[in-house]
Amino acid sequence: MSPTENAPVLQVRGLTKAFGANAVLRGIDLDVPKGKVVALIGPSGSGKTTVLRCLNGLEMPDGGTVALSGNGSGQLLLDFGAKVSRKDRVSRKDIAALRDRSAMVFQHYNLFPHMTVLQNVTEGPIKVQKRPGAQAVEEAERLLARVGLLEKKDTYPFELSGGQQQRVGIVRALALKPQLLLFDEPTSALDPELVGDVLGVIKELAEEGWTMVIVTHELGFARQMADEVIFMDGGVVVERGPASEVLREPKQERTQQFVQRLLHEF
Amino acid sequence: MSVNWDLVWSSLGPLIGGAIKGTIPLTLASFVLGLILALIVALMRLSRNVVLAAVARFYVSVIRGTPLLVQLFVIFYGLPTIGVKLDPWPSAIIAFSLNVGGYAAEVIRAAILSVPKGQWEAGHTIGMSRGQALVRIILPQAARVSVPPLSNTFISLVKDTSLASLILVTELFRQAQQVAAFSQEFMALYLEAAAVYWVICLVLSSGQSLLEKRLERYVAH
Repeated sequence: MSPTENAPVLQVRGLTKAFGANAVLRGIDLDVPKGKVVALIGPSGSGKTTVLRCLNGLEMPDGGTVALSGNGSGQLLLDFGAKVSRKDRVSRKDIAALRDRSAMVFQHYNLFPHMTVLQNVTEGPIKVQKRPGAQAVEEAERLLARVGLLEKKDTYPFELSGGQQQRVGIVRALALKPQLLLFDEPTSALDPELVGDVLGVIKELAEEGWTMVIVTHELGFARQMADEVIFMDGGVVVERGPASEVLREPKQERTQQFVQRLLHEF
Repeated sequence: MSVNWDLVWSSLGPLIGGAIKGTIPLTLASFVLGLILALIVALMRLSRNVVLAAVARFYVSVIRGTPLLVQLFVIFYGLPTIGVKLDPWPSAIIAFSLNVGGYAAEVIRAAILSVPKGQWEAGHTIGMSRGQALVRIILPQAARVSVPPLSNTFISLVKDTSLASLILVTELFRQAQQVAAFSQEFMALYLEAAAVYWVICLVLSSGQSLLEKRLERYVAH
């Protein structure tokens, strides 16, 4: 593969994962070029969230490879199928490297309740990445100002609305300066009137050129934002392509049914 | 029945002295050591290592399944027969620490498990190892949850230390016993001892409320 400006930040091949006898992922391939947004859609239980969690080392895949480019530090290649010798196996250090390059925004925000908004954001940069404190705080304040929450920096998460908490969750992920942002249904725990704020922030990030994978139920949002939409069902990719094609004129019957049902619901 | 108020008044000094030199340091030392032990045992029980988990479970089971007095006597009177001779104070501290360790381990384990799994995951996503996430994210939240049950353990311990009088540790109750034996004023002295214990526990209970308030923000709402 020749290096082009569209060289993938993320390349996943043949990702498999089973929980006991239940095969959740049955060979997933995924390419995300730099600065592009991929939306994963599909019914619950289709495996889309599991894909995301595997990309952040929150689940250990059973097989397949994940390649993630670094910020000048070369490519990280994890081969989860390699279980021949202890040396080849994906180690704790590999998972740490994976987490260093990707950051997750959770459905239920998962902010740290015992820390202020500012501490939530600077905890990773200062305690884990060992960046200088003053610089990390400045950076965090700049990011909080961007999402309109600078004046909330000294409050605790429980004092914030769901939409505000999720914006802090996004800032916490951004502050880590990851190569890849992962969003796990970032708006599905929010009251409808708060969804817009969060989607607005994500849209701005897309325009700024962040590389993102988003699991979402918001088809309208996926259509607007995503460079590619991937429809998953039963642990496999059923259909993939530009948002306009997959969501407007799906070729597969299962995709058609899914899109129809969601459009009727909302 | 007439109360010998002069005796009650004059014995207050020795009783409070017993509390300050015996009951309180014995309680504090045993509680601190017991909590450290309890944290280790709780982490062993939660570990994926089946041997560690089994050892921890066995320990908790023995401590909770046997009387504290028996544990104390095994250490002070029993161990010398196999050549381990300990003074009253170390014996008492060891026995009470082991006891607190067993009970508090279950409290701490439950408190750690009560912190939502998403908190571990959020720690991991910002790059923390399990150890870092435990110390920075999980334990501060578990601490708040465990304050009320651990306060119970602490207050029980204050009163349980009176058992140390049976292995000749000079603490509050032993002081009361000695004055009572000398003066034959059993009712007055034992009620007086009860009153001093009660005051100590009242102070501790108000300390608990303060601590709970202070740690309020540590809980996910």
